[in-house]
Amino acid sequence: MSAPPTRTGSPATRLLGALSLIGLALLLGYALWWSPADAVQKDSVRIMYVHVPTAIVAFASCGITTLASAMWLRRRSEGWWVLGGAAAEVGIVFTGACLVTGSIWGRPTWGTYWDWDPRITSTTLLFILLVGFLALRRVDNESGDPSHRGMRAAVVGLLLFPNVMIVHYSVDWWRSLHQTATITRLDPSIEGTMLFTLMLGIVVFSMVYAWLLVHRFRVGWLEERAGATGLDAALVQRRAEAGVTGGVA
Amino acid sequence: MFRDASLMAGKDLRIELRSRVTLQQVLPFAVLVLILFGIALDPDRGVLGRASGGLFWVTVLFCALLAIQRAFTIEAADGGRDALRLSGLDPAGIFLGKAAAIAAQLVAVEVLLAAGVVIMYGTEVTGVPLLLATCLAATAGLAAAGTLYGVLAAGLRVRETLLPILLLPVLTPVLIGATKAFEAALGGVAADGWPWCGLLLVFALLYLTFGTLAFGTLLEES
Repeated sequence: MSAPPTRTGSPATRLLGALSLIGLALLLGYALWWSPADAVQKDSVRIMYVHVPTAIVAFASCGITTLASAMWLRRRSEGWWVLGGAAAEVGIVFTGACLVTGSIWGRPTWGTYWDWDPRITSTTLLFILLVGFLALRRVDNESGDPSHRGMRAAVVGLLLFPNVMIVHYSVDWWRSLHQTATITRLDPSIEGTMLFTLMLGIVVFSMVYAWLLVHRFRVGWLEERAGATGLDAALVQRRAEAGVTGGVA
Repeated sequence: MFRDASLMAGKDLRIELRSRVTLQQVLPFAVLVLILFGIALDPDRGVLGRASGGLFWVTVLFCALLAIQRAFTIEAADGGRDALRLSGLDPAGIFLGKAAAIAAQLVAVEVLLAAGVVIMYGTEVTGVPLLLATCLAATAGLAAAGTLYGVLAAGLRVRETLLPILLLPVLTPVLIGATKAFEAALGGVAADGWPWCGLLLVFALLYLTFGTLAFGTLLEES
Protein backbone atom coordinates (compact mmCIF):
# COMPACT_ATOMS: atom_id res chain seq x y z
CA MET A 1 0.00 0.00 0.00
CA SER A 2 0.95 3.63 -0.34
CA ALA A 3 2.60 5.61 2.44
CA PRO A 4 0.30 6.32 5.38
CA PRO A 5 -1.53 9.59 4.77
CA THR A 6 -1.82 12.15 7.54
CA ARG A 7 -4.45 14.30 5.89
CA THR A 8 -7.10 13.50 3.32
CA GLY A 9 -6.07 16.01 0.67
CA SER A 10 -2.99 15.84 -1.54
CA PRO A 11 -1.96 17.57 -4.79
CA ALA A 12 -3.06 14.52 -6.78
CA THR A 13 -6.51 14.35 -5.20
CA ARG A 14 -6.97 18.10 -5.53
CA LEU A 15 -6.23 17.75 -9.24
CA LEU A 16 -8.60 14.78 -9.46
CA GLY A 17 -11.25 16.77 -7.60
CA ALA A 18 -10.87 19.76 -9.89
CA LEU A 19 -11.03 17.52 -12.98
CA SER A 20 -14.13 15.81 -11.56
CA LEU A 21 -15.85 19.16 -11.06
CA ILE A 22 -15.02 20.28 -14.60
CA GLY A 23 -16.20 16.89 -15.86
CA LEU A 24 -19.46 17.19 -13.93
CA ALA A 25 -20.09 20.67 -15.38
CA LEU A 26 -19.39 19.34 -18.87
CA LEU A 27 -21.63 16.33 -18.27
CA LEU A 28 -24.39 18.61 -17.04
CA GLY A 29 -24.15 20.62 -20.26
CA TYR A 30 -24.18 17.54 -22.48
CA ALA A 31 -26.86 15.72 -20.52
CA LEU A 32 -29.29 18.63 -20.23
CA TRP A 33 -28.70 20.76 -23.33
CA TRP A 34 -26.35 19.51 -26.00
CA SER A 35 -27.60 15.95 -26.37
CA PRO A 36 -30.92 15.43 -28.15
CA ALA A 37 -34.08 14.10 -26.48
CA ASP A 38 -34.90 10.47 -27.21
CA ALA A 39 -37.51 9.72 -29.87
CA VAL A 40 -39.51 7.47 -27.56
CA GLN A 41 -38.58 8.49 -24.01
CA LYS A 42 -38.29 12.22 -24.75
CA ASP A 43 -36.43 14.17 -22.07
CA SER A 44 -36.61 11.46 -19.44
CA VAL A 45 -33.78 9.67 -21.24
CA ARG A 46 -31.42 12.29 -19.83
CA ILE A 47 -31.42 10.67 -16.41
CA MET A 48 -29.70 7.71 -18.02
CA TYR A 49 -26.48 9.77 -18.11
CA VAL A 50 -26.45 9.64 -14.31
CA HIS A 51 -28.23 6.33 -13.77
CA VAL A 52 -26.09 4.03 -15.93
CA PRO A 53 -22.73 5.39 -14.67
CA THR A 54 -23.79 5.06 -11.02
CA ALA A 55 -24.89 1.48 -11.68
CA ILE A 56 -21.58 0.58 -13.30
CA VAL A 57 -19.58 2.24 -10.52
CA ALA A 58 -21.71 0.56 -7.83
CA PHE A 59 -21.10 -2.91 -9.23
CA ALA A 60 -17.39 -2.16 -9.79
CA SER A 61 -17.19 -1.03 -6.18
CA CYS A 62 -18.44 -4.44 -5.07
CA GLY A 63 -15.63 -5.99 -7.07
CA ILE A 64 -13.12 -3.73 -5.30
CA THR A 65 -14.52 -4.74 -1.91
CA THR A 66 -14.17 -8.40 -2.79
CA LEU A 67 -10.65 -7.87 -4.13
CA ALA A 68 -9.61 -5.92 -1.03
CA SER A 69 -11.09 -8.64 1.21
CA ALA A 70 -9.19 -11.34 -0.67
CA MET A 71 -5.97 -9.33 -0.39
CA TRP A 72 -6.57 -8.77 3.32
CA LEU A 73 -6.97 -12.51 3.80
CA ARG A 74 -3.59 -13.02 2.08
CA ARG A 75 -1.58 -10.15 3.50
CA ARG A 76 -3.43 -9.11 6.67
CA SER A 77 -2.34 -5.53 6.09
CA GLU A 78 -4.32 -2.63 7.45
CA GLY A 79 -4.54 -0.89 4.09
CA TRP A 80 -6.58 -3.64 2.47
CA TRP A 81 -8.93 -3.74 5.45
CA VAL A 82 -9.53 -0.01 5.22
CA LEU A 83 -9.92 -0.17 1.43
CA GLY A 84 -12.55 -2.92 1.69
CA GLY A 85 -14.68 -0.80 4.00
CA ALA A 86 -14.14 2.39 2.03
CA ALA A 87 -15.17 0.74 -1.24
CA ALA A 88 -18.31 -0.71 0.36
CA GLU A 89 -19.30 2.61 1.92
CA VAL A 90 -18.80 4.64 -1.23
CA GLY A 91 -20.36 1.80 -3.21
CA ILE A 92 -23.52 1.92 -1.12
CA VAL A 93 -23.88 5.63 -1.91
CA PHE A 94 -23.70 4.92 -5.63
CA THR A 95 -26.07 1.95 -5.30
CA GLY A 96 -28.54 4.24 -3.55
CA ALA A 97 -28.10 6.90 -6.22
CA CYS A 98 -28.63 4.26 -8.91
CA LEU A 99 -31.87 3.05 -7.28
CA VAL A 100 -33.22 6.56 -6.77
CA THR A 101 -32.43 7.74 -10.30
CA GLY A 102 -33.84 4.52 -11.72
CA SER A 103 -37.01 5.03 -9.74
CA ILE A 104 -37.36 8.63 -10.92
CA TRP A 105 -36.81 7.48 -14.50
CA GLY A 106 -39.30 4.64 -14.06
CA ARG A 107 -42.17 6.94 -13.09
CA PRO A 108 -42.63 8.70 -16.45
CA THR A 109 -41.38 5.75 -18.52
CA TRP A 110 -43.09 2.78 -16.88
CA GLY A 111 -45.71 4.76 -14.97
CA THR A 112 -44.45 3.40 -11.66
CA TYR A 113 -41.60 4.04 -9.25
CA TRP A 114 -41.03 0.36 -8.70
CA ASP A 115 -41.31 -2.55 -11.07
CA TRP A 116 -40.18 -6.12 -10.52
CA ASP A 117 -37.59 -5.63 -13.17
CA PRO A 118 -34.57 -7.93 -12.69
CA ARG A 119 -32.13 -5.07 -12.47
CA ILE A 120 -34.09 -3.10 -9.85
CA THR A 121 -34.61 -6.21 -7.78
CA SER A 122 -31.01 -7.37 -7.89
CA THR A 123 -29.65 -3.84 -7.29
CA THR A 124 -31.87 -3.55 -4.22
CA LEU A 125 -30.53 -6.87 -2.98
CA LEU A 126 -27.00 -5.58 -3.65
CA PHE A 127 -27.82 -2.58 -1.46
CA ILE A 128 -28.90 -4.89 1.36
CA LEU A 129 -25.84 -7.12 0.93
CA LEU A 130 -23.65 -4.02 1.33
CA VAL A 131 -25.61 -2.89 4.40
CA GLY A 132 -25.08 -6.32 5.97
CA PHE A 133 -21.37 -6.27 5.15
CA LEU A 134 -20.93 -2.83 6.73
CA ALA A 135 -22.97 -3.86 9.79
CA LEU A 136 -20.70 -6.88 10.28
CA ARG A 137 -17.57 -4.72 9.89
CA ARG A 138 -18.83 -2.36 12.55
CA VAL A 139 -19.40 -5.24 14.95
CA ASP A 140 -15.99 -6.67 14.10
CA ASN A 141 -14.44 -3.30 14.78
CA GLU A 142 -16.02 -2.87 18.17
CA SER A 143 -15.63 -6.24 19.77
CA GLY A 144 -13.14 -9.01 20.01
CA ASP A 145 -9.48 -9.62 19.81
CA PRO A 146 -7.87 -7.11 17.42
CA SER A 147 -5.59 -9.78 15.97
CA HIS A 148 -8.65 -11.70 14.81
CA ARG A 149 -10.50 -8.61 13.79
CA GLY A 150 -11.87 -8.53 10.33
CA MET A 151 -11.85 -12.25 9.64
CA ARG A 152 -15.63 -12.55 9.47
CA ALA A 153 -16.03 -9.31 7.55
CA ALA A 154 -13.29 -10.34 5.14
CA VAL A 155 -15.01 -13.65 4.36
CA VAL A 156 -18.36 -11.92 3.82
CA GLY A 157 -16.53 -9.33 1.69
CA LEU A 158 -14.87 -12.10 -0.29
CA LEU A 159 -18.27 -13.65 -0.97
CA LEU A 160 -19.85 -10.28 -1.79
CA PHE A 161 -19.15 -10.12 -5.50
CA PRO A 162 -19.86 -13.82 -6.18
CA ASN A 163 -23.13 -13.46 -4.26
CA VAL A 164 -24.03 -10.34 -6.22
CA MET A 165 -23.42 -12.30 -9.42
CA ILE A 166 -25.45 -15.35 -8.32
CA VAL A 167 -28.31 -13.17 -7.10
CA HIS A 168 -28.19 -11.01 -10.22
CA TYR A 169 -28.37 -13.93 -12.64
CA SER A 170 -31.00 -15.86 -10.71
CA VAL A 171 -33.21 -12.77 -10.42
CA ASP A 172 -32.61 -12.09 -14.11
CA TRP A 173 -33.68 -15.61 -15.00
CA TRP A 174 -36.66 -15.43 -12.64
CA ARG A 175 -38.01 -12.21 -14.16
CA SER A 176 -37.15 -12.95 -17.78
CA LEU A 177 -40.02 -15.44 -17.86
CA HIS A 178 -42.44 -12.72 -16.88
CA GLN A 179 -40.99 -9.84 -18.84
CA THR A 180 -43.85 -7.92 -20.33
CA ALA A 181 -43.52 -6.09 -23.62
CA THR A 182 -44.74 -2.82 -22.10
CA ILE A 183 -41.42 -2.33 -20.34
CA THR A 184 -39.29 -0.07 -22.44
CA ARG A 185 -35.68 -0.99 -22.02
CA LEU A 186 -32.94 1.55 -22.36
CA ASP A 187 -32.14 1.50 -26.04
CA PRO A 188 -28.87 -0.39 -26.39
CA SER A 189 -28.16 0.97 -29.87
CA ILE A 190 -27.65 4.61 -29.02
CA GLU A 191 -25.13 6.60 -31.01
CA GLY A 192 -23.73 10.02 -31.71
CA THR A 193 -23.99 12.69 -29.03
CA MET A 194 -26.05 10.45 -26.77
CA LEU A 195 -23.41 7.73 -26.78
CA PHE A 196 -20.70 10.33 -26.17
CA THR A 197 -22.64 11.80 -23.24
CA LEU A 198 -23.11 8.35 -21.73
CA MET A 199 -19.40 7.57 -22.08
CA LEU A 200 -18.56 10.96 -20.59
CA GLY A 201 -20.89 10.17 -17.69
CA ILE A 202 -19.15 6.87 -17.03
CA VAL A 203 -15.71 8.54 -17.05
CA VAL A 204 -16.82 11.45 -14.86
CA PHE A 205 -18.58 9.27 -12.31
CA SER A 206 -15.58 6.96 -12.16
CA MET A 207 -13.46 10.01 -11.33
CA VAL A 208 -15.91 11.19 -8.66
CA TYR A 209 -15.92 7.66 -7.28
CA ALA A 210 -12.12 7.51 -7.21
CA TRP A 211 -11.97 10.89 -5.48
CA LEU A 212 -14.47 9.79 -2.81
CA LEU A 213 -12.76 6.43 -2.39
CA VAL A 214 -9.31 7.96 -1.85
CA HIS A 215 -10.66 10.39 0.72
CA ARG A 216 -12.70 7.72 2.52
CA PHE A 217 -9.64 5.48 2.52
CA ARG A 218 -7.53 8.21 4.12
CA VAL A 219 -10.18 9.01 6.71
CA GLY A 220 -10.37 5.30 7.50
CA TRP A 221 -6.59 5.14 7.79
CA LEU A 222 -6.53 8.12 10.15
CA GLU A 223 -9.32 6.50 12.19
CA GLU A 224 -7.13 3.43 12.59
CA ARG A 225 -4.22 5.63 13.72
CA ALA A 226 -6.45 7.51 16.14
CA GLY A 227 -7.79 4.22 17.51
CA ALA A 228 -4.26 2.92 18.04
CA THR A 229 -2.89 6.07 19.65
CA GLY A 230 -6.05 7.04 21.52
CA LEU A 231 -5.46 4.75 24.50
CA ASP A 232 -1.79 5.74 24.88
CA ALA A 233 -2.67 9.42 24.72
CA ALA A 234 -5.42 8.97 27.29
CA LEU A 235 -3.03 7.15 29.64
CA VAL A 236 -0.40 9.90 29.31
CA GLN A 237 -3.05 12.53 29.98
CA ARG A 238 -4.40 10.66 33.00
CA ARG A 239 -0.92 10.26 34.48
CA ALA A 240 -0.27 13.96 34.00
CA GLU A 241 -3.48 14.81 35.82
CA ALA A 242 -2.62 12.40 38.64
CA GLY A 243 0.83 14.00 38.94
CA VAL A 244 -0.64 17.49 39.31
CA THR A 245 -3.09 16.53 42.05
CA GLY A 246 -0.43 14.57 43.91
CA GLY A 247 -1.58 11.07 43.03
CA VAL A 248 -5.08 9.70 43.00
CA ALA A 249 -5.54 6.38 44.77
CA MET B 1 -13.45 -36.07 7.02
CA PHE B 2 -16.71 -37.99 6.59
CA ARG B 3 -16.18 -39.90 9.83
CA ASP B 4 -15.74 -36.59 11.64
CA ALA B 5 -18.79 -35.23 9.85
CA SER B 6 -20.96 -38.11 10.98
CA LEU B 7 -19.64 -37.74 14.57
CA MET B 8 -20.49 -34.05 14.50
CA ALA B 9 -23.92 -34.54 12.95
CA GLY B 10 -24.63 -37.34 15.44
CA LYS B 11 -23.66 -35.11 18.35
CA ASP B 12 -25.82 -32.19 17.16
CA LEU B 13 -28.81 -34.42 16.49
CA ARG B 14 -28.40 -36.14 19.85
CA ILE B 15 -28.46 -32.75 21.58
CA GLU B 16 -31.54 -31.96 19.52
CA LEU B 17 -33.27 -35.20 20.49
CA ARG B 18 -32.60 -34.50 24.16
CA SER B 19 -33.39 -30.78 24.19
CA ARG B 20 -36.30 -31.07 21.70
CA VAL B 21 -35.90 -27.47 20.54
CA THR B 22 -36.77 -28.25 16.92
CA LEU B 23 -39.64 -30.47 17.94
CA GLN B 24 -41.15 -28.14 20.50
CA GLN B 25 -40.25 -24.74 19.09
CA VAL B 26 -39.21 -24.75 15.43
CA LEU B 27 -41.90 -27.11 14.13
CA PRO B 28 -44.76 -25.32 15.92
CA PHE B 29 -43.31 -22.04 14.63
CA ALA B 30 -43.50 -23.41 11.08
CA VAL B 31 -47.20 -24.26 11.50
CA LEU B 32 -47.77 -20.86 13.09
CA VAL B 33 -46.27 -19.08 10.07
CA LEU B 34 -48.59 -21.08 7.77
CA ILE B 35 -51.56 -19.90 9.84
CA LEU B 36 -50.31 -16.30 9.80
CA PHE B 37 -50.02 -16.41 6.00
CA GLY B 38 -53.54 -17.79 5.88
CA ILE B 39 -54.83 -14.89 7.96
CA ALA B 40 -52.84 -12.27 6.04
CA LEU B 41 -53.82 -13.50 2.58
CA ASP B 42 -57.51 -14.30 3.13
CA PRO B 43 -58.21 -18.01 2.54
CA ASP B 44 -61.32 -17.30 0.43
CA ARG B 45 -59.54 -15.52 -2.39
CA GLY B 46 -57.60 -18.59 -3.51
CA VAL B 47 -54.26 -16.84 -3.19
CA LEU B 48 -52.97 -19.43 -0.73
CA GLY B 49 -53.30 -22.35 -3.11
CA ARG B 50 -51.63 -20.54 -5.98
CA ALA B 51 -48.83 -19.14 -3.84
CA SER B 52 -48.31 -22.24 -1.71
CA GLY B 53 -44.87 -22.99 -3.24
CA GLY B 54 -43.53 -19.56 -2.35
CA LEU B 55 -45.13 -19.50 1.09
CA PHE B 56 -43.75 -22.96 1.80
CA TRP B 57 -40.20 -21.84 1.03
CA VAL B 58 -40.42 -18.51 2.86
CA THR B 59 -41.48 -20.49 5.94
CA VAL B 60 -38.57 -22.89 5.43
CA LEU B 61 -36.19 -19.89 5.25
CA PHE B 62 -37.48 -18.53 8.56
CA CYS B 63 -37.16 -21.94 10.19
CA ALA B 64 -33.68 -22.32 8.73
CA LEU B 65 -32.63 -19.11 10.48
CA LEU B 66 -33.81 -20.57 13.78
CA ALA B 67 -32.08 -23.89 13.19
CA ILE B 68 -28.81 -22.17 12.24
CA GLN B 69 -28.85 -19.91 15.29
CA ARG B 70 -29.53 -22.94 17.41
CA ALA B 71 -26.70 -24.95 15.84
CA PHE B 72 -24.18 -22.35 16.99
CA THR B 73 -25.82 -21.46 20.30
CA ILE B 74 -25.22 -25.01 21.49
CA GLU B 75 -21.48 -24.50 20.91
CA ALA B 76 -21.44 -21.17 22.76
CA ALA B 77 -22.13 -22.62 26.20
CA ASP B 78 -19.32 -24.12 28.29
CA GLY B 79 -16.62 -23.13 25.81
CA GLY B 80 -17.94 -25.51 23.18
CA ARG B 81 -16.19 -23.66 20.39
CA ASP B 82 -12.82 -23.95 22.09
CA ALA B 83 -13.49 -27.62 22.68
CA LEU B 84 -14.27 -28.03 18.98
CA ARG B 85 -10.96 -26.39 18.08
CA LEU B 86 -9.10 -28.63 20.50
CA SER B 87 -10.94 -31.80 19.47
CA GLY B 88 -8.68 -32.49 16.52
CA LEU B 89 -11.66 -33.06 14.28
CA ASP B 90 -11.20 -32.08 10.64
CA PRO B 91 -12.77 -28.59 10.26
CA ALA B 92 -14.23 -29.65 6.93
CA GLY B 93 -15.84 -32.55 8.79
CA ILE B 94 -17.23 -30.19 11.44
CA PHE B 95 -18.70 -28.02 8.68
CA LEU B 96 -20.28 -30.94 6.85
CA GLY B 97 -21.56 -32.45 10.10
CA LYS B 98 -23.15 -29.22 11.26
CA ALA B 99 -24.68 -28.69 7.82
CA ALA B 100 -26.00 -32.26 7.79
CA ALA B 101 -27.62 -31.83 11.22
CA ILE B 102 -29.26 -28.57 10.10
CA ALA B 103 -30.38 -30.25 6.87
CA ALA B 104 -31.94 -33.14 8.82
CA GLN B 105 -33.94 -30.69 10.93
CA LEU B 106 -35.00 -28.77 7.82
CA VAL B 107 -36.21 -31.99 6.21
CA ALA B 108 -38.41 -32.55 9.26
CA VAL B 109 -39.72 -28.99 8.91
CA GLU B 110 -40.40 -29.54 5.20
CA VAL B 111 -42.30 -32.79 5.77
CA LEU B 112 -44.52 -31.07 8.31
CA LEU B 113 -44.98 -28.02 6.10
CA ALA B 114 -45.87 -30.17 3.10
CA ALA B 115 -48.62 -31.79 5.14
CA GLY B 116 -49.72 -28.38 6.37
CA VAL B 117 -49.84 -26.87 2.89
CA VAL B 118 -51.84 -29.82 1.54
CA ILE B 119 -54.31 -29.75 4.42
CA MET B 120 -54.61 -26.05 5.13
CA TYR B 121 -54.02 -24.46 1.71
CA GLY B 122 -55.71 -27.22 -0.29
CA THR B 123 -52.70 -27.72 -2.55
CA GLU B 124 -52.85 -30.76 -4.82
CA VAL B 125 -49.58 -32.64 -4.94
CA THR B 126 -48.32 -33.35 -8.46
CA GLY B 127 -44.87 -33.88 -9.94
CA VAL B 128 -43.53 -35.69 -6.90
CA PRO B 129 -40.03 -36.50 -8.29
CA LEU B 130 -39.41 -32.82 -9.00
CA LEU B 131 -40.73 -31.81 -5.57
CA LEU B 132 -38.43 -34.28 -3.82
CA ALA B 133 -35.38 -33.33 -5.89
CA THR B 134 -36.07 -29.64 -5.24
CA CYS B 135 -36.37 -30.23 -1.51
CA LEU B 136 -33.08 -32.13 -1.40
CA ALA B 137 -31.11 -29.60 -3.46
CA ALA B 138 -32.60 -26.56 -1.74
CA THR B 139 -32.06 -28.04 1.73
CA ALA B 140 -28.43 -28.80 0.93
CA GLY B 141 -27.93 -25.21 -0.24
CA LEU B 142 -29.71 -23.71 2.77
CA ALA B 143 -27.76 -25.86 5.20
CA ALA B 144 -24.38 -25.19 3.54
CA ALA B 145 -24.75 -21.41 3.21
CA GLY B 146 -26.45 -21.26 6.60
CA THR B 147 -23.64 -23.10 8.36
CA LEU B 148 -21.05 -20.84 6.76
CA TYR B 149 -22.83 -17.60 7.68
CA GLY B 150 -23.85 -19.09 11.02
CA VAL B 151 -20.25 -19.49 12.12
CA LEU B 152 -19.55 -15.96 10.86
CA ALA B 153 -22.20 -14.53 13.15
CA ALA B 154 -21.56 -16.95 16.02
CA GLY B 155 -20.15 -15.44 19.18
CA LEU B 156 -21.16 -11.89 18.32
CA ARG B 157 -23.41 -10.05 20.71
CA VAL B 158 -25.71 -8.98 17.88
CA ARG B 159 -25.86 -12.35 16.11
CA GLU B 160 -29.65 -12.75 16.31
CA THR B 161 -30.23 -9.58 14.35
CA LEU B 162 -27.16 -9.76 12.15
CA LEU B 163 -27.61 -13.26 10.76
CA PRO B 164 -30.90 -12.59 8.90
CA ILE B 165 -29.57 -9.51 7.14
CA LEU B 166 -26.38 -11.30 6.13
CA LEU B 167 -27.96 -14.59 5.17
CA LEU B 168 -31.38 -13.88 3.63
CA PRO B 169 -30.14 -11.82 0.64
CA VAL B 170 -27.60 -14.55 -0.05
CA LEU B 171 -30.39 -17.15 0.02
CA THR B 172 -32.65 -15.35 -2.46
CA PRO B 173 -31.45 -17.58 -5.35
CA VAL B 174 -32.58 -20.62 -3.30
CA LEU B 175 -35.98 -19.04 -2.70
CA ILE B 176 -36.32 -18.18 -6.39
CA GLY B 177 -35.20 -21.60 -7.63
CA ALA B 178 -37.22 -23.63 -5.14
CA THR B 179 -40.37 -21.54 -5.64
CA LYS B 180 -40.19 -21.76 -9.43
CA ALA B 181 -39.53 -25.50 -9.30
CA PHE B 182 -42.48 -26.00 -6.93
CA GLU B 183 -44.74 -23.91 -9.15
CA ALA B 184 -43.72 -25.99 -12.15
CA ALA B 185 -44.31 -29.25 -10.30
CA LEU B 186 -47.63 -28.23 -8.75
CA GLY B 187 -49.28 -26.28 -11.50
CA GLY B 188 -47.30 -26.04 -14.67
CA VAL B 189 -45.13 -28.32 -16.70
CA ALA B 190 -42.68 -30.33 -14.62
CA ALA B 191 -40.03 -30.08 -17.32
CA ASP B 192 -39.86 -26.31 -16.72
CA GLY B 193 -38.88 -26.96 -13.13
CA TRP B 194 -35.78 -29.09 -13.65
CA PRO B 195 -33.49 -26.20 -14.73
CA TRP B 196 -34.41 -24.43 -11.47
CA CYS B 197 -33.53 -27.58 -9.61
CA GLY B 198 -30.17 -27.39 -11.39
CA LEU B 199 -29.69 -23.84 -10.12
CA LEU B 200 -30.32 -25.09 -6.58
CA LEU B 201 -27.81 -27.89 -7.04
CA VAL B 202 -25.14 -25.49 -8.32
CA PHE B 203 -25.78 -23.17 -5.36
CA ALA B 204 -25.49 -26.07 -2.92
CA LEU B 205 -22.27 -27.35 -4.49
CA LEU B 206 -20.70 -23.87 -4.48
CA TYR B 207 -21.40 -23.32 -0.80
CA LEU B 208 -20.49 -26.87 0.21
CA THR B 209 -17.14 -26.46 -1.54
CA PHE B 210 -16.42 -23.01 -0.15
CA GLY B 211 -17.53 -23.98 3.34
CA THR B 212 -15.41 -27.14 3.34
CA LEU B 213 -12.36 -25.09 2.39
CA ALA B 214 -12.93 -22.01 4.58
CA PHE B 215 -14.53 -23.36 7.73
CA GLY B 216 -11.26 -24.23 9.47
CA THR B 217 -9.92 -20.68 9.26
CA LEU B 218 -13.24 -19.24 10.39
CA LEU B 219 -13.51 -21.54 13.36
CA GLU B 220 -9.96 -20.71 14.42
CA GLU B 221 -10.25 -16.99 14.05
CA SER B 222 -13.83 -16.08 14.77
